[in-house]
Parts: sequence; structure tokens; C-alpha cells
Amino acid sequence: MATLKVPAHVPAPSEDAEQLRKAFEGWGTNEQLIIDILAHRNAAQRNLIRKTYREAYGEDLLKSLDEELSSDFERAVVLFTLDPAERDAFLAHEATKRFTSSHWVLMEIACTRSSHELFNVRKAYHDLYKKSLEEDVAHHTKGDYRKLLVPLVSAFRYQGEEVNMTLARSEAKILREKISDKQYNDEEVIRIVTTRSKAQLNATLNHYNTAFGNAINKDLKADPEDEFLKLLRAAIKCLTVPEKYFEKVLRQAINKLGTDEWALTRVVATRAEVDMVRIKEEYQRRNSVTLEKAIAGDTSGDYEKMLLALIGAGDNVQDDVFVDIFPNNTRDKCCC
Amino acid sequence: IGVDEKSLISILTNSNEEHKRSLWKGSSKLFIEDENGFERWDQSSIKILKHQFNRFRDAVVLSLLHPWERDARLIEKAIRKGPKHYNVIVEMACTRSSDQLLGARKAYHSLFHHSIEEHLVTHIKGRERKLLVALVSAYRYEGPGVNEDVAKSEAQILYEAINNGDKNKLLDHEDAIMILATRSKQHLQALYRHYNQSYDKTLAQDLEGEGILKDTVECLCTPQTYFTRVLEAAVKEDADEESKRALTRVIVTQKEQLVKEGFVPNKIQDILLGLYKDFMLASIASGDVK
Repeated sequence: MATLKVPAHVPAPSEDAEQLRKAFEGWGTNEQLIIDILAHRNAAQRNLIRKTYREAYGEDLLKSLDEELSSDFERAVVLFTLDPAERDAFLAHEATKRFTSSHWVLMEIACTRSSHELFNVRKAYHDLYKKSLEEDVAHHTKGDYRKLLVPLVSAFRYQGEEVNMTLARSEAKILREKISDKQYNDEEVIRIVTTRSKAQLNATLNHYNTAFGNAINKDLKADPEDEFLKLLRAAIKCLTVPEKYFEKVLRQAINKLGTDEWALTRVVATRAEVDMVRIKEEYQRRNSVTLEKAIAGDTSGDYEKMLLALIGAGDNVQDDVFVDIFPNNTRDKCCC
Repeated sequence: IGVDEKSLISILTNSNEEHKRSLWKGSSKLFIEDENGFERWDQSSIKILKHQFNRFRDAVVLSLLHPWERDARLIEKAIRKGPKHYNVIVEMACTRSSDQLLGARKAYHSLFHHSIEEHLVTHIKGRERKLLVALVSAYRYEGPGVNEDVAKSEAQILYEAINNGDKNKLLDHEDAIMILATRSKQHLQALYRHYNQSYDKTLAQDLEGEGILKDTVECLCTPQTYFTRVLEAAVKEDADEESKRALTRVIVTQKEQLVKEGFVPNKIQDILLGLYKDFMLASIASGDVK
């Protein structure tokens, strides 16, 4: 469930656009106002505000934000303001560039978005970068990473809940064989992980656990230094228990000597409207401290305020009554 | 190909007992004297007649289906029928627009409760698997703008894969598959030109005999060559069943394209019969934009 808090009575987009414009005017910027508005509107509302802002002032809101803000706060605001498909396309594109290259971001996007969301990302990628996502990933990755990542970003997994138990048993067996032989990049392993529906994969992994006594990720830890193995384990986690994956990313981002702001910003911005509630619960369970406290302890200033607002830490000036924007967790349906 | 339904009806409804008897006795190719005292219809003739009637049915059904459902069903059938039919999968994946292919993938989910790629990897164990999965998963960019340098260097990669490497291993050549499966069609067409200019032969020529690899390149770079080849094989004297079936598939699914390419229906007009012929010619004519 989402942690994003949207007021019960949302001002018209033109009003929001006007307020934002005011926030940029004059000396300095009214960062609090920017947070009050942008961190409290859902994707559809933010898109409308961007459209209205452009019509009224002849400039993309994101450009204004880029000019007025800086550093981690800017990145958090810009990333969050973007439409989710555009945001993922932006992050994926960044992940293929040399100095910001990241197999992890590509894997994360490919595995934690729904089939329809992933396809919207691919569409947005066409529009923004005049290339297909898969060709950029193919061009900028090599070897085993390419073998895993290209099919992952190209997948259009069946979204149904049906599970074939016979298949689950036989594929658990195949995985066991390959893992025992340390053939982690074997075609069969890759095809199971990159084509099966999430429900089917879950059934297979459950069966693996039951039949062989260990969760598959435990067996995949055989070589702790192997980067490819780490990625494969993370992909499996993303496909089956994404909130645990995200909890770990947050934990590592915050505990690092100096915070990994990019990871922190990315997770908060991309999950605030999806499953941040579960991630927070997982975080508290695992770390015995709330995510709010951890973030507050590790970040500061407007950046901290933006992150806290996105994860629902409300002390907000605006309204008394907040509305849970996705009461029935319709995330798989909302972005089509 | 096809059946002249009008004539057949006329013959059958007008024939009496005696007429039929002379028909049975007279057509020894169609009717064989059985030891139990009757003239038995030759089994293979029944099959052929059924096929001919079915052509019209197939053409009608294919036309009625939404293109996404139609393509999804064609793909599923091809997967089931085996290696000789993999070119149909290549045809669907490479000659449709990116959004049409996405549509077929969605339809596949609805119809068969699996993704196409899942079925491909489950049913195809051979070396074609990698290429087919990659082709079906593509969502190619369709806009303009090709980097000629990259197209040229990738033409070289393909050249080396074909001429210096083991031709048998082409289907396992990771780089070649990546290029064919992820690059935009415009890019691949530029690559095709560079290949021709640099090596004095076309990429398709160099892939002669390489089955679905050649089909892939033709479908992506020179689709009209591919379709002409399929249609000509279908109207040959000794065309086999599969080739003839391809006639229906190609005309029904490509009619707008065929008209644009100036495909002349005369050749098929002479070979087709009855309702099937009327339907096929009307299909092409309706794509006629004037």
C-alpha cells in the first residue's frame, strides 16, 4: 500500500501550478511549499499540474525545478514528480550510461514492476530516448549480465494466479541440479527466472524449499563474492518478495558510511505510491527502528523533509484529513 | 486450390442413382473397388477434398478474428506443430508493428494463460529457441534516426559471425541474436545496405540455407521479398499443404501491404477456385486504396 498522503480536497491544477510558480519567484525558493504540493499529489494529479504549468508559463515544471533546486533534494523532487513510466525510463537510461551504470537498477525495474507497468516504461523509453530499452541494455551490458538483463527487461509475464504444481516440482528440480553444479548462468536457470509468471515462480521456489530443505537464495550464496550470483539472488527476491528486497536496499543505503542517497531517493520515490507501507513494516521488523527515524537520523534539511513526506510521516500544515489514495491496492491497474 | 462449390453443388444435386454409379465406376482414381462390393472413396482423396473446403473456412475465420487474437492463435499453433512451422513465428514477430506484436502478446495471455515466451521455452528445445524468444520479446523503436557508424560496425559483426565462425553455431551467436532481436527495423535496413556495399552480397544471400535466420533477416529488412517467396511457393504446381496454407495466412494478414507493394493477383487467380478464390481476390481488392 502507498504511503503517499493526498489531501481530501485537492486544489485545482492551475492553483497548484500558480503556487509552485510563486515558490520559485524572488530570492531563494520556498522549498516547503514545493514539498507541500508535489509530495502530496498522486501521479495523475502531478501530470495535470505539469501540463497546466507548461500551458500557463511556457516551460516544463521539471526545468524550473532543475533551475531552482539542487543536489539530493532536487533529485528527490524531480524523480517523484515524473510520471512513473517516465521515471523508470529515466532511471533505466541512467543505468546504461557509463558513469552511472547499474545492473541493479535495471534488474529492480524489470522485476518489481507489473507486466503492464514494464511495458509502459518501454513505451516511455521510445519517446524519451528514441531507442528501445532492450537495445540499450544489450549494447551496454556484457556476458552473463546481458544474458540475464535483456530477457528480464523484455519479459511480458503472464499476470494470472494459476499455478501448475507438476511444473513447479520439475522446475525446482532443474534449478537444484544446475545450482549444485554451480551452473548459475545456465540457459534453464535464466529461462525459468525470466519467463515464468510470478505466481508460478513463487510456487517453484516454495517447492524448492520444501523438497531440498533450503530456500533457493541460501543455496545461491555458495560464492559470496560472485557479483552475478548476487544479482540473480536479488532478481529472485524482487520477483517474489519485493518488500524484503527494498528493505535491504534501504538498510544498506542508510547504514553505509555516508548515505547512499541515490539508492534511498530511488526506493522512496518509486515505492511511495506502491508498497511503501509494507516496506516500512519490513524495515521496522528487521531493524527495530522505524524508517522515519532512520531517515531522520541520516539525512537533513529539505531532502530529509521530502523523503519523510513521501513515506507518510505527516506533520503536514495543509489538511487534517488525508485520503489513502489506493485503498484497494490497485497498483497493477492504475498505470495502463 | 479451393473448390468450385457452385459446380459441385450442381453436379451432386442433379445426379441420380445411375449417374452416380457411372461416376464411381468411371473415376478409378477417386473410387476403388472394395472387396465388400462397393466403390470406396480413396482415403487420401477425402483428405484433399476436406482441405480444399477448409481453405475457405480458414480464410473466413482468420479474417473475422481481431488481428491480435489471430496472430496469437497462429503463433500457438506454430509452436505446437514443430520446427517446420517456426517461420510462422518469425513472420508474426518480425512483420508486425511493435504495438501489434504487443497486442498479440496480450491476446496470448488471455487465450492461453501463459506468455508466448513461456510456451516457446517449454516446447522448443532446439537451437532456434534463443532467437525465437528474443524476436517475440522485442518492442522495437519505430522512429527515424539511425546511427550509420553503428549499423556499419554491426554489419561487420554479422559478416564475421557468418563467414569466419562456425556457421552451425550462428543460432548461438549472442551478438548476432542481440542485433537482430533488439535493433529497430530502420537500423537493420541500414545495416543490410552497409553489408551489401561492403561485401558485395546481401545478408540474405549469405544466410542462404540458414532457415529461420534467413527468414528473420528477410522479414525485418526486405519483407516484400519474404512474402513474394511465400506466395510463389504456395501457387507452384507441386506446392505442399503447408505452403498452400501460407497463401491464406499471408493474404489475409498482409492485404494492405500486398497492395502497396503492387502485388498482382493474376497468378493466384488462375490457381484458385470457387468461394475461396472469390474471398481471396476480394480480400486483396478491398485493400486497394484509391
